[in-house]
Amino acid sequence: MRIKKLAALLLTSILIAGAFSACAKQSNDSANTGDNTTNGGSEANEDISGNITMAGSTSMEKLSNVVAEAFMEKYPDVTVSPEFIGSSAGVEAVLAGTVNIGNASRYLKDTEKSSGAIENIVAIDGIAVILDKANTVTNITKDQLIQIYTGQVNNWNAVGGSDQPIVVVGREAGSGTRGAFEELLAIEDQAKYSNEINSTGGVMAKVTSTPGAIGYVSLDIVDDTVIAVDIDGVQATEENIKAGSYLLSRPFVMATLGEVSKQSKEVQTLFGYLKSDEGKELIKSIGLITVD
Amino acid sequence: MSDKSFTIMGSYNTKNTVEKVAAVVFTVCAFFAVLAVLSISLYMIISGTPAIFEVGLVDILFSTTWAPTAAEPSYGILYVILTSIIGTFMAILIGVPIGVMTAVFLAETAPRRLAQIVKPAVELLAGVPSVVYGLLGILILNPFIYKLEMAIFKDDTTHQFTGGSNLISAVLVLAIMILPTVINISESALKAVPKHYKQASLALGATHIQTIFKVIIPAAKSGIVTAIVLGVGRAIGEAMAISLVAGNGANMPLPFNSVRFLTTAVVSEMSYAADTHKRVLFTIGLVLFTFIMVINLVLNKVMKGGKKNADN
Repeated sequence: MRIKKLAALLLTSILIAGAFSACAKQSNDSANTGDNTTNGGSEANEDISGNITMAGSTSMEKLSNVVAEAFMEKYPDVTVSPEFIGSSAGVEAVLAGTVNIGNASRYLKDTEKSSGAIENIVAIDGIAVILDKANTVTNITKDQLIQIYTGQVNNWNAVGGSDQPIVVVGREAGSGTRGAFEELLAIEDQAKYSNEINSTGGVMAKVTSTPGAIGYVSLDIVDDTVIAVDIDGVQATEENIKAGSYLLSRPFVMATLGEVSKQSKEVQTLFGYLKSDEGKELIKSIGLITVD
Repeated sequence: MSDKSFTIMGSYNTKNTVEKVAAVVFTVCAFFAVLAVLSISLYMIISGTPAIFEVGLVDILFSTTWAPTAAEPSYGILYVILTSIIGTFMAILIGVPIGVMTAVFLAETAPRRLAQIVKPAVELLAGVPSVVYGLLGILILNPFIYKLEMAIFKDDTTHQFTGGSNLISAVLVLAIMILPTVINISESALKAVPKHYKQASLALGATHIQTIFKVIIPAAKSGIVTAIVLGVGRAIGEAMAISLVAGNGANMPLPFNSVRFLTTAVVSEMSYAADTHKRVLFTIGLVLFTFIMVINLVLNKVMKGGKKNADN
């Protein structure tokens, strides 16, 4: 008798579960179709399809992947395939015509431009150098920054501050922010960290809580718990970065061979997407600065 | 709904089915665990070995430079291995005496009321999530150790200041984390010592303290060793708390150096690692896995030895 009851219970629960999952699936489906129709409504109803190939900077991996994913979701018939082979190799590839877009995390060189590459800056990566609130240093030069991060200086009094040890905080190997920071200061593989932290929030927390700490984070998450120090007398602001006067910033370029307007429809749509509000939100969501 | 038919056969049949079903369920569950262990071992070996052939076992295990993203990458984890060994050893050195003494206190000398406070506290300590240990390490331990560091390296121009995130902090956190394991297992070992050992010792005129150190602890030796080995296992496998307080620089394991353990080496770089770098991280996982396996084998040996002692 008990077994029968148990079996009945089991059967009912299976049935209920099945019904629920079916419901969930259905509602999901309907939600999707709803989405599609609204999308179709807002866009000019042209069905674009095809492939977009891009290759280049490893620093732009996150941006490329996020953009490719979002774009392919919006235009299911288009395939965006990003590869990460380095900035120069990417520009070379676009000049050779093997890819549609060459990603470079730097300004294009004059030689590249004269070969026909067009510099389309899609976003700017800005890095702020942060100190704990109690630190009296407000300005730091590029050389001092290099000395601090390569371990030649270990006290703030050597760079115009009070007599206090410097605690050098940074990101883990493989982090894009660390790569950019070291690259911009030309101290790749020479930086000596005492704290390697694997998240931006972790760096913020460590610098906030440690007297004499110095760290670096994406500009967009700096808040008033830390000091964003001036570099070579230039404040770390979005305006200064856009004006190009702030040292620790670099453009994310999606180079094309010839103007965007001369590219295939898919590529044009991709650039249009990046300039749309939706695209800008996407760029901001991964901590980058948008360009107008 | 009550069933009125009390035939002996019917009841027997039902019982028999239940027995059989239960036996099958138990067997399936048992194989599930075995399957998990086997698949984990297999997966660790499959994903951990490619990098060994790529980089070379000697270059991974015995080189000291960890620079996975350099132009000419280097994947030496000697310092990382040494950190795990030395860090664990020091944590044992601090944690085990405290733990065993606490166990002696609980098993032998504690007044009942006091034991009723200490025992639940120890059990609660075992339940504290490791991330909480890490947070407390950041908030309480790191600033304190940083002050110590500043006092010791006051005029040193070459020391890299860690802000308290260094080997000492990690060792202290680990020592606290292994306490519950050591205390609980040692206590049951001490309590399992036959009463007549103690009575005989006291009857011969030994004091209580003499009895504890000369009779009870030696008699409970194998249990205490088990506690130590389990403590080692806990310490060497800990990642979360350590990653918050150790600084994570791949340096030589000196007390005031920022250090990286085997566990944190995997955790901290997994998210952005690619290609060979990622495969080497799996190799580090394999090294850690080997360590844990060895510890388990030792534990098995110790437990068997203990049984033999008890039989004699």
